[in-house]
Amino acid sequence: MAKNEIKYLTAIKTDKRVKKFCRFKKYGIRYIDYKDVEFLKKFLNEQGKLLPRRLTGNSLKFQRKVSDAVKKARQMALLPYVTDLLK
Amino acid sequence: MNNYELMVIFTPVLSDDEFKSQQKKIAKMVTEAGGTVVAENAWGLKSLAYPIAKKTTGLYWVLEYSAAADFNEKLKTQLLRDETVLRHLCTKLDKYAVEYNARKRSGVKSYQQKAVEA
Repeated sequence: MAKNEIKYLTAIKTDKRVKKFCRFKKYGIRYIDYKDVEFLKKFLNEQGKLLPRRLTGNSLKFQRKVSDAVKKARQMALLPYVTDLLK
Repeated sequence: MNNYELMVIFTPVLSDDEFKSQQKKIAKMVTEAGGTVVAENAWGLKSLAYPIAKKTTGLYWVLEYSAAADFNEKLKTQLLRDETVLRHLCTKLDKYAVEYNARKRSGVKSYQQKAVEA
């Protein structure tokens, strides 16, 4: 057996994960419209809760703006506060 | 002078004429206070995401205007006093928002919509 052949107990992960990105920075979106419900739904889960930055990849600046827009849309009954099966 | 956007939900019991006269009344208030109406958009009857005042539908109306900063307080008292108004929301628009609204009005596909498809 060759000396410099290294064996691992568990297979090492070779497929590299796709890096998440902030879509607002990438596409140059400066203003998030609270009236555009379909767009805001991308940042909500089934219950109509806001998804974390960890999942969406938004930068902090735009996550704040998204949350503001969602809250406005909720106030104006464009989006529900609580629900099931939003999508 | 600042740019603002007002969204009002009227009760669904209003007739078409009443709905229009209410819109005119608010738009007139803006112009009388020395402001200018940039754009208005009546969405019409839309179902609400949750009931407001035991109503499941509402008449939506969006007004974009520029007015002095102290005008909004007056507008607010008027809107709260108005029984046909279920709810209203006044938003200050920054320069990007003004640009976005202008683009949307001119029919150019907004970059937000593009991102939705992407």
